[in-house]
Amino acid sequence: MSQKPRSASAGKYERDRRARSTGFSALYHKELADHVHSARFYIVFSLLILTSAAAFAGALSGMQAAIQQSPDFIFLKLFTTSGNSIPSVASFLAYLAPLTGIVLGFDAISSERTQGTLNRLASQPIYRDTLIIAKFMAGFTVILVMSLAIGVMVVGLGLVTVGVVPGPEEIARALIYLIYTAVYMALWLALAIFFSVVCKHAATSALIAISIWIYMTLFHSMVSGIIGNLVFPVNGITGLDNLLNNYLLSLNLSRISPYYLYIEAISIILNPNMRALFVASQQAVSGAIAGYLSLDQSLLLIWPHLTAMLAAALTMFGISYVKFIRQEIRA
Amino acid sequence: MPDSECILKTRSLTKRYGSITAVDSLDLEINRGEVFGLLGPNGAGKTTTTLMLLGLTEPSAGSASILGWDCTRNPISVKRVVGYLPDNMGFYAHMTGRENLRFTGRVNGLSEKKIEERIKELTERVGLSEAIDRRTGGYSKGMKQRLGIADILMKDPEILIMDEPTTGLDPEGTRALMELVRTLSVEEHKTVLISSHQLFQVQQVCDRVGIFVKGKLEASGPIGELGRQLEQSGMYTIEIMASPGGEPLLDLIRGVEGVEEIEPEHDVLLVRSSTDTRYPLMKALIDAGFRPEHLRQRGSDLDEIYRRYFDKGGDSHGTDDVAKAQKRFGRKVRA
Repeated sequence: MSQKPRSASAGKYERDRRARSTGFSALYHKELADHVHSARFYIVFSLLILTSAAAFAGALSGMQAAIQQSPDFIFLKLFTTSGNSIPSVASFLAYLAPLTGIVLGFDAISSERTQGTLNRLASQPIYRDTLIIAKFMAGFTVILVMSLAIGVMVVGLGLVTVGVVPGPEEIARALIYLIYTAVYMALWLALAIFFSVVCKHAATSALIAISIWIYMTLFHSMVSGIIGNLVFPVNGITGLDNLLNNYLLSLNLSRISPYYLYIEAISIILNPNMRALFVASQQAVSGAIAGYLSLDQSLLLIWPHLTAMLAAALTMFGISYVKFIRQEIRA
Repeated sequence: MPDSECILKTRSLTKRYGSITAVDSLDLEINRGEVFGLLGPNGAGKTTTTLMLLGLTEPSAGSASILGWDCTRNPISVKRVVGYLPDNMGFYAHMTGRENLRFTGRVNGLSEKKIEERIKELTERVGLSEAIDRRTGGYSKGMKQRLGIADILMKDPEILIMDEPTTGLDPEGTRALMELVRTLSVEEHKTVLISSHQLFQVQQVCDRVGIFVKGKLEASGPIGELGRQLEQSGMYTIEIMASPGGEPLLDLIRGVEGVEEIEPEHDVLLVRSSTDTRYPLMKALIDAGFRPEHLRQRGSDLDEIYRRYFDKGGDSHGTDDVAKAQKRFGRKVRA
């Protein structure tokens, strides 16, 4: 027969917490399974693996010259050395990492909407934010695994071909590099998710995200340079005075691009030889002992880059989160 | 028998989008075990109402509650007991029907054992057993709808809200769906709210209907009662046909006292009047030498009720039918 209506307050918070966690784990696992079984995951993952392998092969050929220059941290050089006109593993990853994030996120929300599954989810006893959090977390998990897999591949190939065993500092540096790469990809994932919330069609969202990627990666530094030259011209009578300001403005404008930020950071973390990111005066350099930076000093140098990237990724996700929560789900 | 415990209640529920009022102070009470049909034309605010009941849209004024829970402030509790079948229910196309149902079960926090049991039971019930392991991307509209029913029954809800459930279904599918709704209501005392514009299809299963036009509930009650209300408001509609038809017949009917409007519909003429004109009509026909073929008073069926209330609401319902009939009869006739 009929049940009595349940009391509205009893155990409400307990139930709500349970609802949140069961809903999250169901959605997270589904998203993860979707990613891992999707064709686009295979395509992007094999693209990353193949380009990394090619870049690795290039690195091997340029290795001899690089070792002659400085014989230390050979293992890290596997990531940064380029040869035979093939860019290094690190620069290839820097180009392609955004694509990974975009591919995993560009239709996250819009596909649910076009399939009509958003309605169905919205009528289940889960909070609406669970959906977007689960999507982001599942995407980030996939990204982290991809990034670490590439790292492991390079380590393995390095052991077999070069025979160098990485030291503890090298392992730590490589690990920081890979995690930082994952955060960089997560920024693009969050950006792609944002456009999937805002745009009706997945294609629009993908195109916008891809054009931002291309602009940030290829053209932004040029634009920064042009603006720098416009504001502080370096030719003419005041040219010499403007030199420093010109450089500073261009640099800071360039740093708006996550690509530039990423490149700066990884060049420090993968190369202990790099001592400064900034113009150093003659006085500061004179008397400096030629040596490698220790890991903590390198980290200190790029700490702003690490936090800024993390903050950018979280902010981007935060914006899409708010946007999604405020959106009305119409049948 | 279902008792008369009120399970769903709205109090002057209102939703405005800018200057448009989609739902205008709706007062609705639905009792446990009842099948309620919310009928109205497209754009009447039916979907908006169902969305507010689920807490997916915030009302501009008023409130709605289900089983004592406020739909806006406590949507999770509401969604735990309400199964909602949206208009265009979608499934993950790359997953099989079974995987889709399993996912819904997990989202609802059911145990794996319970999930498999319910999938087995529900697929048999909706007649989808042989297709359940195929990808839903290849499902027909009817199969999707059946999977949708199974999907909302996964959590064993107390209330089912169905938004246009018969759209796109063939007559056999509709009949099966309505039978299922009946069973759920009678045998399991589930409360069902069906919103639809296809009155005939839902008419047979509804205990009560509400006529919903332009955001306002024009009338509600059992169908028979709505018919009587109309009769009392002095509106009669009589279907009539006699041979030979054509212009002389129209002229004759127009001349009968009390006749206000004549409208051709398919093979018959609809005569509207404020008094009972059946006898005067019959007499006039026979006196003039026509052979009456058909004479029936309308009013007790939903279509007429529906039409009447739509007219009241100022809606030009049935324009297609009228247009078709006008083509056949040449022109629209008014007395």
